[in-house]
Amino acid sequence: MKTLLDTKQLDITLQRLTHQLIENHTRFEDTVLIGIQPRGVLLSDRIATLLKGITKQNIPYGKLDITFYRDDVHQGNDMHVPSQTDIPFSIEDKNVVLVDDVLHTGRTIRSAMDALIDYGRPKSVELLVLIDRRFSRELPIQPDYVGQTVDTIITQKVKVYWKEKDKKDEVVLID
Amino acid sequence: MSLSVKHLLGIKELQTEDIHTIFRTADNFKQVLQRQIKKVPALRDTTVANVFFENSTRTRISFELAQKRLSADVVNFSASGSSVSKGETLIDTVNNILAMKVDMVVMRHSASGAPWFLANHIDASIINAGDGINEHPTQALLDAFSMREKLGNLKGKRIAIIGDIMHSRVALSNIYCLGKLGAEVMVAGPPTLIPKHIEGLGVRVEHDVKKALQWCEVANVLRIQLERQHKPLFSTLREYALYYGVNKQMLDSLQKEILIMHPGPINRGVEINSDVADSKQSIILDQVENGVAIRMAVIYLLSGKTGLGE
Repeated sequence: MKTLLDTKQLDITLQRLTHQLIENHTRFEDTVLIGIQPRGVLLSDRIATLLKGITKQNIPYGKLDITFYRDDVHQGNDMHVPSQTDIPFSIEDKNVVLVDDVLHTGRTIRSAMDALIDYGRPKSVELLVLIDRRFSRELPIQPDYVGQTVDTIITQKVKVYWKEKDKKDEVVLID
Repeated sequence: MSLSVKHLLGIKELQTEDIHTIFRTADNFKQVLQRQIKKVPALRDTTVANVFFENSTRTRISFELAQKRLSADVVNFSASGSSVSKGETLIDTVNNILAMKVDMVVMRHSASGAPWFLANHIDASIINAGDGINEHPTQALLDAFSMREKLGNLKGKRIAIIGDIMHSRVALSNIYCLGKLGAEVMVAGPPTLIPKHIEGLGVRVEHDVKKALQWCEVANVLRIQLERQHKPLFSTLREYALYYGVNKQMLDSLQKEILIMHPGPINRGVEINSDVADSKQSIILDQVENGVAIRMAVIYLLSGKTGLGE
């Protein structure tokens, strides 16, 4: 097991990602933040709080469940427990920033884009991830904002721990 | 997360946890049904056959909508106008349908136990959409789901099932389902329409409908199933309506607001009066609405068991 980001590094990374968002979206007039359930939401909760602290405004923030959009329902895996989708605003003509903790094969993001489009037609969609496992992609999907890029093999696992849920802030690579 | 069963034949075989899993999944689907695009691609690769050997409006449309909202392919079959009238057996009929690569069968049949029989002979998952006077599991699930929506946890809640208990599969499935969820159940109606020894299922029996209404928080009123009664069990419908029908006057005299439910089809003026069926207390149309979400949940959860892609 190897630590990729400790508590301090994770904090700095989150600050940087937030500032990058501000750099690109300046006043957030047409920008909304959407976290992917279940674990992307823990990241987007943090980003949303940081954004509010810096910009002093409420940026529309929603949560998206992609369970019914997955392409592996019949792959013999145990079925995933669906979570709530909570998008209390229209995404029509908005710049959507999708947020997830780990980008791996890209299939989750593919499902998320399908799910998103059932709620309206966004002007643009960007992707923010904390960890990018860059050599594991199975689809042509790349992130716009990356906390850290790591080179991993398929048998390894990246686990992101959050204080709110797991009692510590840490990102580790498990062999 | 998955169910402990491969088929949904009856509530009797379900674990309490299965019922909660179905409810939680249905909560999510209910949310999907309130969107502008009421559809998810989850079951794109699944084909379902709706095989109805008995008449149905609500259940069949509800199942078909549920399947379409899940993006499954659907084929419909009804016994009238099919090869059944040429003498084909049930197993042959269903096996022929399955030979055309169908993954799941939703079946309604007038013979009690028909889905169990079929489950022993074919590989596909089977959902019982009502078998004779035995069970109608999805109806019981949507009834309990609708009650849960209004009352929260059903543990200790008092539910009266009123009417033709003897010939009602809805009654039996409801008794099992509510029992597993910890509710107290009473059946009420004329002695000739209540099976002997039904107390063995853990329910109270009452022959005075007014007393049943006074006792309960929810009254689930059932239709008189004339088509299943082969000998007269009460003198006239008018007399039944007079002694066992639920009317507004009765409800107003209760000094509390109970919920009124009915699985449909309603015989207005017999088991229930229009002013009750259309009142604020009635959640009859909520039941129908919830039916689609419940059936989506059942189909979705069972589809994980069909072994596709393995």
